Amino acid sequence: MQQIINFIIRNKSFLLYLLLFSIALVFTIQSHSYHKSRFINSANFLSGGIYKSVNDINEYVNLKTQNLILQEENSELRSLMFSQSDTINHTFIDSTYSGISYKFTPAVVLKNSYSLNNNILLINKGSKDSIQQDFGVISSKGLVGIIDNTSNKYATVISILNTNSRISAKLKKSNHFGSLVWNAKSPRFIQLTEIPKIASIQKGDTIVTSGRSTIFPKNIPIGTIESFQLDTAKNYYTIHVQLFNDMTSIEHVYVIENKDAEELNTLINSTNE
Amino acid sequence: MNSIIFTHTFRFIILVLLQVLVLNYINFLGYINPYLYILFILLYPLKNNRVVFILLSFFLGLTIDMFSDSGGVHAAAAVSIAFIRPFVLKFSFGAVYDHQTMKFSNVEFGSKLTYFTIMILIHHFILFSLEIFNLFKIILILQNTLFSSIFTIILCVLATIIFSRRT
Repeated sequence: MQQIINFIIRNKSFLLYLLLFSIALVFTIQSHSYHKSRFINSANFLSGGIYKSVNDINEYVNLKTQNLILQEENSELRSLMFSQSDTINHTFIDSTYSGISYKFTPAVVLKNSYSLNNNILLINKGSKDSIQQDFGVISSKGLVGIIDNTSNKYATVISILNTNSRISAKLKKSNHFGSLVWNAKSPRFIQLTEIPKIASIQKGDTIVTSGRSTIFPKNIPIGTIESFQLDTAKNYYTIHVQLFNDMTSIEHVYVIENKDAEELNTLINSTNE
Repeated sequence: MNSIIFTHTFRFIILVLLQVLVLNYINFLGYINPYLYILFILLYPLKNNRVVFILLSFFLGLTIDMFSDSGGVHAAAAVSIAFIRPFVLKFSFGAVYDHQTMKFSNVEFGSKLTYFTIMILIHHFILFSLEIFNLFKIILILQNTLFSSIFTIILCVLATIIFSRRT
């Protein structure tokens, strides 16, 4: 016993190092697996508060461009509204959103990152605003990511520029669907995999969300096809998609809550069992 | 003694804020960022309680991790260089370090640069290995390590020159 205690005292800094290193390693591994609730994230009052106060200042710098983007969106919505009153019901967009009720919550991005392998954003809405894990996040131009951790006032978002994220998407033209992954090379491009060889694709085709998961509604724009190639087994296409969204400068986003998500998920799970 | 504690607390806070609010957004050539916060570990007093030092480094890394949502990569890298610091010090300063009379403000520039370079290279290698976490991307890891290290070394040397107390 005496020897064991002596050993511990003699090597206390090494043992402490091993302990702390393994704690750090556990945190790291957790951050590499999708949606494990993490202890260390920026959605807490300290880092959230600091990022918020800095963002309050930064907002003024981007005011002009962000105003333009909002104005663009406004005019788009306005044109939609007027075209709808002509044909009373069932325009194309209307029919896609019908049936499932989605609730949109506006939010502001406090921290944006796009140069790492696993990029995570911080927004200024949290569980106080009834934001929960697995809600979708979009901007006026297209897809942004999925909510990961929430605190009272803040929430972290797994960006689509994250090697762990997988979002179901389809070709707007032919409805062939695949999953979106990111190869961590450029923040302007994302990869769409698992599109079967039989699909006819062309450069410039539009990619939209498939609506197969309960997170995003159907037909949210993602990007256009930049280039494509067959994978090594020659069965599936890997498509490089140029994003509509400029992920390096996003400020105003919307969090989407699918009010029927719980019902849909229990139904799907019970069918699977 | 109190002024030393005050200086290092102040340095800790300033370096963390500088890192998370400015340096993480530099993205030189798309992905190269300096990690200046390890200057705290590099310039920590030589006469120290090793356990306290290792714990402090861990919390420094963890704070950076909290702000940048990177899991525990900075904590792991920071605690590792804190642990190996005595060996690196002995290697780069030799006899001067053994006599325990050394101060960072009056050592030779060459050996100081060696010390900085070794520590920063090891830190960045651990950092990027854990961040990318894929052995097949070893080229990317080495490339990131090299470029970011050059950036960090330049900034660290500049910072020590600018803020040195020699009058």
